[in-house]
Amino acid sequence: MNASLIVLELAVVCLGLILLAQDLYTPAKERRTLGYGAVLGVAVILLYSFFAFDGNETLYAFGNAYVLDGLALWFKRFFLLAALLVLIMAAEYSDRFEAGQSEFFALILFALAGMMFAASANDFTLLFVSLELITVTFYVLVSFLRRRVESLEAGVKYLILGALSSGFLVYGIALVFGVSGTLNFNELADKLTNHPALGHKSLLFTGLLLVFVGLGFKMAIVPFQIWAPDVYQGSPTPTTAFLSVGSKAAGVVLLMRLLGTAIPDLAFKLEKLLMTMAGLSILYGSLCAVPQRNLKRLLGYSSIASAGYLLLGFAVMNKSGSSAVLYYLAGYLFTALAAFSVIAIVVREAGAEDIDSLAGLAHRSPLLAATLTLAMVSLAGIPPLAGFFGKFLLLKAVVAEGIRWSAYYWLFAVAVAGVLVSLYYYFNVVRAIYWSKNVSDFKPISLSLPTKFALAICIVGMLWLGLYPGNALELAVEAVKSLKLV
Amino acid sequence: MSLLSAIFLLPLLAALVVLCIPRNYKFVIRLISLGATFAAMLLALALFARYDAAPVENGFKFVERHAWVSVSALKLDIGWHLGVDGINLGLIVMGAIVAFAAACVSREIKRLEKEYYTLLLVMTGGILGAFASLNLFFFYFFHELALVPTFIMIGVWGHGENRNYATFKITIYLSLGALLALAGLIALYLQSGANTFDLVELTKKVKSRPLPLAAQSFIFPLLLFGFGILVSLWPFHTWAPLGYGSAPTATAMLHAGVLKKFGLYGLLRVGIPLMPDGAGAWLEILALLCLGNIVYCGLVAMRQKDLNLLIGNSSVAHMGFIFLGIASLNLVGVTGAVVVMVAHGFLAALTFGLSGALREKTGTLELEKLGGLLRQIPFLGAALVMAMLAGCGLPGFANFVGEAMVLFGSWRVFPLVTTIAAWGALIIGAVYMLRAIRNILHGPGKPEWAELQDASAWVKVPFVLLLGALLLLGIWPRLLIDKIQPSVVPIIAMAEAKSADKAVRPSDLKKGAEDAKQRAVRPR
Repeated sequence: MNASLIVLELAVVCLGLILLAQDLYTPAKERRTLGYGAVLGVAVILLYSFFAFDGNETLYAFGNAYVLDGLALWFKRFFLLAALLVLIMAAEYSDRFEAGQSEFFALILFALAGMMFAASANDFTLLFVSLELITVTFYVLVSFLRRRVESLEAGVKYLILGALSSGFLVYGIALVFGVSGTLNFNELADKLTNHPALGHKSLLFTGLLLVFVGLGFKMAIVPFQIWAPDVYQGSPTPTTAFLSVGSKAAGVVLLMRLLGTAIPDLAFKLEKLLMTMAGLSILYGSLCAVPQRNLKRLLGYSSIASAGYLLLGFAVMNKSGSSAVLYYLAGYLFTALAAFSVIAIVVREAGAEDIDSLAGLAHRSPLLAATLTLAMVSLAGIPPLAGFFGKFLLLKAVVAEGIRWSAYYWLFAVAVAGVLVSLYYYFNVVRAIYWSKNVSDFKPISLSLPTKFALAICIVGMLWLGLYPGNALELAVEAVKSLKLV
Repeated sequence: MSLLSAIFLLPLLAALVVLCIPRNYKFVIRLISLGATFAAMLLALALFARYDAAPVENGFKFVERHAWVSVSALKLDIGWHLGVDGINLGLIVMGAIVAFAAACVSREIKRLEKEYYTLLLVMTGGILGAFASLNLFFFYFFHELALVPTFIMIGVWGHGENRNYATFKITIYLSLGALLALAGLIALYLQSGANTFDLVELTKKVKSRPLPLAAQSFIFPLLLFGFGILVSLWPFHTWAPLGYGSAPTATAMLHAGVLKKFGLYGLLRVGIPLMPDGAGAWLEILALLCLGNIVYCGLVAMRQKDLNLLIGNSSVAHMGFIFLGIASLNLVGVTGAVVVMVAHGFLAALTFGLSGALREKTGTLELEKLGGLLRQIPFLGAALVMAMLAGCGLPGFANFVGEAMVLFGSWRVFPLVTTIAAWGALIIGAVYMLRAIRNILHGPGKPEWAELQDASAWVKVPFVLLLGALLLLGIWPRLLIDKIQPSVVPIIAMAEAKSADKAVRPSDLKKGAEDAKQRAVRPR
């Protein structure tokens, strides 16, 4: 037992509790400073993670249910950075809540703790508990704007579909346990190697498929994507941002752990399924985004397409695919958070979430306009930004598998078609920023210092990952080393 | 920063500087853009002057290498590798001159100047960078960097009612072409077994161990059609006249003149030498398709009522000669193709620049509305006549040299195609070019154009420059050909390597297939 490994998670939970307690002593007007306090706390934890652990060796705690290796650390830092940027956005956004600002910050921290546990899950129990911690906090976060019908609608939809997917997940875990007699990923992998007959049992496979349904819901991949556009549109923007980055990445790390640690011998059986779902997600997300006028809904569909691109890396089932997934995800963090930060501010100024509310942004705030443009260009996968290199790595991994099986060339073709379609709607956004005909509002938008800081981090991140991919890629390669993949 | 990298990094740096200048300082923005492209042009000319034909290892001079990404676990190694030989030297010089001319004619842009010049400079840097790169990753990267500004510029500063449709069409077509080519390049990277995007390393590897036949036969078509779409190969050409018709003058000049040559350059540099067997199967088809360009698009150009659409179609028709030269695969033909690439760059930039100047003066490019303009605007008119005659292949202009060489070269391989192509070029080309001259410049003067003023001295600069280049290379072609020829020889040698192998083909075939299988079956 090595309980000191969960010090990062404990720190995050404590930070959340301190925030709730401090709320009692803070006048309502100054609650925003609590948000900045949380930002500072998360920053300290993030820095501490670099001193405390180096991720070179694999450490276990709680009867092997909790693992701390390079992959877990990579994702923990990823989640901490995402939460840091989201908290800055939330502090900026908090004056739009009637009450409960501190609870909003604290809930983000609790969701963060859930994600960090998910990064270390090495056991179906911890997988389930951490996913529930994330999902339940998000039920509240999604419907936080209590007076807005859209927010409540989104909350209900997320609640019903989330509960349904949790049901599938638990059922699947029960089936896996019933067949294999273990919940631990390592033990399951050992049993599968020692008793190959076990791998042919359809009941075990059914259980794994049901677990996959639960994770697919988190990542918003077709056909479990149905909630994403509505929830993205209705939620408060910081929630949407955290949902699109954090929640998706939690699904990614759990799926990666499941495929790479628990069932490496069975994973190839999922190949066709993953390929199909990747292709469908890319096509569905890209095509449905075309007619959208609501910015957050558009990004909702685009996040479905992104989930499809991430699945490409899973479909190839090797280390180059997995490290490409990590790289793409890192680029997605900066890109999506940049986009949502800008949208949160624009929506506050314009009072609408329509693409047309971006009109004249180039005059009102060049920084916001430039950030959103870079984000769109990066999402579209155009050099020299992060999104390009991420997509390049994923597509390269797919083409590499084409030698083995030519169906991968078709998958590549589908991905390319998705990229082509996506150019259209991303450039629609850019066009609205710079070249709208009827601009009515020329009032400059003033930005607070923390927001500028957050935008600067996102811009630097996008450019850094696009122009100097070497170091970041090596980190990603190091992180996936512990997976039992080719 | 060496001479070569300065040529394309300078415009990119200038783009960053322009981004930081407040939008009210329009004069400063224009000055910086002109200065950067002018400096790039001077540097390119200096590069041309310092280039000598002395043979060197690998054939590339002014080589520059830096590591960029190298991750051994992924077998990923992408490095910054620049260099010139006779083939891209001419293209870089031509590109730099056209870029300066394009910056000169950008005076017509009257709104959102800051964004416009930023995009123009990025496009310039991207184009020149693509031609200077010897690493296929950066080759593609810079091309894409230049392509995206093209779409935005057409969408925002374009002309005409068809603008949105044209933007949409050109974006879809060119992105599709670029992505097909990317698929081919990645497949090449993986199949060659060299695990590098470095062209020099790839060439070495392929020389010692050719690509398996199965790989060649599917990678080459990817590259052929990917690059072909980018070059408006018939029947994938329909984006070109439409896009150029709607594009702002400078964008049309840069794209039709320079960026379009990327596909041809890629085919010549990557496709044919590395995959001789794959190419062998397709060259005959390519020769037939290029007839579509020369004859079909020539006939379409004859029926155009708008000068820009006419030039756009004729530019598509000229691409046919370059394809024909490449397909002939002998020293004379390929050298001629490279000469046409350079000459057509100047020519396309000149004609689009002149039509832009004409539109600025008259507000229309419809042939029926114009007439008798030569008396009012003698300089622009004379320049247009010269450009049109150069387009028909009149001796004295660089185009004649290139096209004649292409026809000499292809006669030995495809006599029938050459006959039809020569006919198409001489008769059809002359008909539409002369018809345009008659409609626009000759005939009775129309009262609405009586007040027209000729171009001022500053406006003349880019046209004089481009005409001068066309005439210089037309009168003294050896200036270019002596540099091109030594670099074409190894490409032809590699392409012909397959014919030597033919004797041992059956066993080779089996071995190649087995090789491919061995690499395909990997332990799970």
